[in-house]
Amino acid sequence: MNVLNSGLKRRELLKLIAAGAAVPSAMLASGCSDSGSKKAGHIVVIGGGFGGSSAAKYLKRYNPDLAVTLIEPKKSYITCPGSNWVIGGEAEMTTITHSYDAARKNGVDVVHDLVQSVDTTGKTIKLAGGEVLGYDKVVVSPGIDFKWNEIEGADPGIATKTPHAWKAGEQTLLLRDQLQAMPEDGTFIMVAPPNPFRCPPGPYERASMVAHYMSKHKPNAELIILDQKNKFSKQALFMQGWEENYGARIQWIAKMDGGEAVGIDADRKVVETTFGNFEGDVINYIPPQKAGQLAHDMGLTDDSGFCPVDQKTFASTQVADVYVIGDAAIASPMPKSGHSAASHGKIVAANIVLTMAGEETIAAKNVNTCYSLIAPDYGISVAAVYNTVNGSIEEVDAAGGVSKMDATRRERELEANYTRGWYRSITDEVWG
Amino acid sequence: MSWKAWIATTGVLMASLPVMAEKPVSKGELLANSCFSCHGYDGKTVEGATIPPLADYPASMIVSQMKAYRDGERDGTVMPRHARGYTDEEIELLAQYIGKQGQ
Repeated sequence: MNVLNSGLKRRELLKLIAAGAAVPSAMLASGCSDSGSKKAGHIVVIGGGFGGSSAAKYLKRYNPDLAVTLIEPKKSYITCPGSNWVIGGEAEMTTITHSYDAARKNGVDVVHDLVQSVDTTGKTIKLAGGEVLGYDKVVVSPGIDFKWNEIEGADPGIATKTPHAWKAGEQTLLLRDQLQAMPEDGTFIMVAPPNPFRCPPGPYERASMVAHYMSKHKPNAELIILDQKNKFSKQALFMQGWEENYGARIQWIAKMDGGEAVGIDADRKVVETTFGNFEGDVINYIPPQKAGQLAHDMGLTDDSGFCPVDQKTFASTQVADVYVIGDAAIASPMPKSGHSAASHGKIVAANIVLTMAGEETIAAKNVNTCYSLIAPDYGISVAAVYNTVNGSIEEVDAAGGVSKMDATRRERELEANYTRGWYRSITDEVWG
Repeated sequence: MSWKAWIATTGVLMASLPVMAEKPVSKGELLANSCFSCHGYDGKTVEGATIPPLADYPASMIVSQMKAYRDGERDGTVMPRHARGYTDEEIELLAQYIGKQGQ
């Protein structure tokens, strides 16, 4: 085995050199002999989801001498990917819950606290617990927050009655329990959000999983999707899959066909649309979205409610030494997905390490794959490869696209199998 | 053999010094890292994985299969859609990084 061809091994070797292991001092290149972690720099990552956890792990991978702190209030992370399977009774919460033990083993200093404020001039972060951290660079990966008050009757308080379940955890269980408790001939209404939002195929995978649950336990129940858009991700494949698996159980109403919600009465479980009132037994109101609140507080957002970033490095175009990745960043045409966020995490880590070393940044490729389960044995996917060309992220035209229409059951079964495998692999990559 | 012992007995340090001038992250590593999300971190398998790990494949096989997917000679579910996004050079670089060395 040729060890020197392997980047990881080479870095381990460099660490040994830096530590002065078995090396005559005259052989040490200058700067190596006294490179303690403080000298290499301190990177703080805020947010321990797919983006932040990936960034923290790859920062340590690319330069083990960096001091990396990850700030995340939750002791363990529950992923949105997989949460629809929990709602449909096909997975347990334990399957989609991940600890930060491995991050610590990988050398990341994990701090479970909430960021109270960030002084981007003095480059310090104040935590709710009172601690103040300095940084050389900060990576912000705060995910999404909701735009309430966009329709009559909607406010944060209704989430306990009409759960969004668009941040996984308590909300996921609440929606699952409401589905389980609904009458056998009940009606489940989903209000699907307008663009841009986290996980474009997510509402439609959820509809599939709800229909799957109904077909087993609520034979006469129905599902109505009131969409705030006129088209959606993998639409033809979802429509075909719904027909093949669930007949006419799922009714999708586009915005232009009267799906546009203008009000909600959470107590009476009524959604008011331009078409009239829809009354349900369960209402899954998924509000319009914006970057996580911290991004707004730090001055990282523009009028769109999301964060403009340099498309090559993910450096904020508005605040120095701050990088924004994941759902909060504007990285169109990449979808706001866990896979995209993990991809951003690697690229931001590489470019921070290169910048700190005084090297040129790399215009790297981004990759995304979004799998969706229409049924436990019926999966579909959309994939894309992106180049960064002249300062913008561009999809490689020849690549990407969705699963074939009219595929065999065997192919759908294979993709269902890969859906679960993708989940297992990427969560191990990010939290393992 | 431990790394320290290996260094001491092989004198590899002399040979390794020139690599210190290399970039801390190579293009090949960054390209290969994209594969990890589905094919396992460092291309290694994990319990419950269903997508083939790549670390034990020779680099030459990764190159030939990526090109076969890309050029329509091998069918697959998602891989043809990914492979079409890569140039010959990119395929070589990622395969050399992720695959078994020297094969």
